Amino acid sequence: MDRDRKIPEVNAGSMADIAFLLLIFFLVATSIETDVGLDRKLPPNDTSPPIPIAERNIFRVALNKNNELFVEDGIMQLKDLQAAAIAFLDNGAGTIGSKEYCDYCQGERNAESSENPDKAIISFNSDREASYGMYVSVQNELTSAYNTLRNREAVRLFNQDYVSMEKAYYAPETAVEAKISLKKNIEQIRQMFPMKLIEAETHKKG
Amino acid sequence: MKNSRETRKEIPAISTASLPDIVFMILFFFMTVTTIKTNPLLVDNNLPKADQVKNLEKKDRVIEIFVGKPSQELAKTFGNEPKIQLDNRLANVNEVGPYVLAELAKKPDAIRNLVTVSLKVDKDVNVGIVSDIKQELRKINTLKVNYTTYQGNSLEN
Repeated sequence: MDRDRKIPEVNAGSMADIAFLLLIFFLVATSIETDVGLDRKLPPNDTSPPIPIAERNIFRVALNKNNELFVEDGIMQLKDLQAAAIAFLDNGAGTIGSKEYCDYCQGERNAESSENPDKAIISFNSDREASYGMYVSVQNELTSAYNTLRNREAVRLFNQDYVSMEKAYYAPETAVEAKISLKKNIEQIRQMFPMKLIEAETHKKG
Repeated sequence: MKNSRETRKEIPAISTASLPDIVFMILFFFMTVTTIKTNPLLVDNNLPKADQVKNLEKKDRVIEIFVGKPSQELAKTFGNEPKIQLDNRLANVNEVGPYVLAELAKKPDAIRNLVTVSLKVDKDVNVGIVSDIKQELRKINTLKVNYTTYQGNSLEN
């Protein structure tokens, strides 16, 4: 009978060709990049009147239409921006014993500059004609100023980088308990150096 | 060296039986690490570089807006001024708000507050058009934005 015959083996010789075909399809149809970028939160569209802020607590950064960077009315190179922003944020001029005193600041405590990191505001104005590449560069330098200071405090308090703490917090493989303590620490650091970067018009008095 | 002549005679054929396995392995690797391109790009999209970046993780919580000069073949009809690409059409600034709201409506309720708008803007575009888009986003109260960039040294922009 026919049934006694062995079932012939399926020829697998073309398997490689099929697999190659699929592989090439995926190579063409997909892209390897995962998106990265700078996160920002836009200010809500409310109509409350502006709060007066002391001029010493504002760090003015401006970009004109020729992509030139102005910091506090003086022209500045992009590479010096980070150091200038750190000096401003970390200044901590509030006097010892007063409410404004910042005990973790390591700046010059210059009376002309910011009182403490909580009050320090960076105002970034960009001309409409400026290029987006330059705009992102400035945003990047300002972010790195905040990150440097936050890293410094995170290493001092928790013996861990702030940036890596954040990365661990957002990673899906981190355990829930670890996330809770990470969140507490991250929030503490954020409170020490809150990111107050505004792009709205800030008018000078007088 | 004595028997080299003998061995040369009888080189066995290389077995290709494991070739499919190897290729499948590569295939699965690519399937897991890549993402499928959703839209064909209608505009030049040479993103700026930055190094203080965060990952934009889950794809379903992201709405993309592309901005740039129309690509070469489209430049004849649309001109050289920077345009906004929503899905796969070119649009004006005032269409951004309705588009984002429509995209938001497609998402499940639970993640609606977590949606980030990813601004993929060419680095040669003027800031003006970007701030117009941000104004539109503020009007409809979608405040989380991400200036999507390439990873790299920002001083090269």
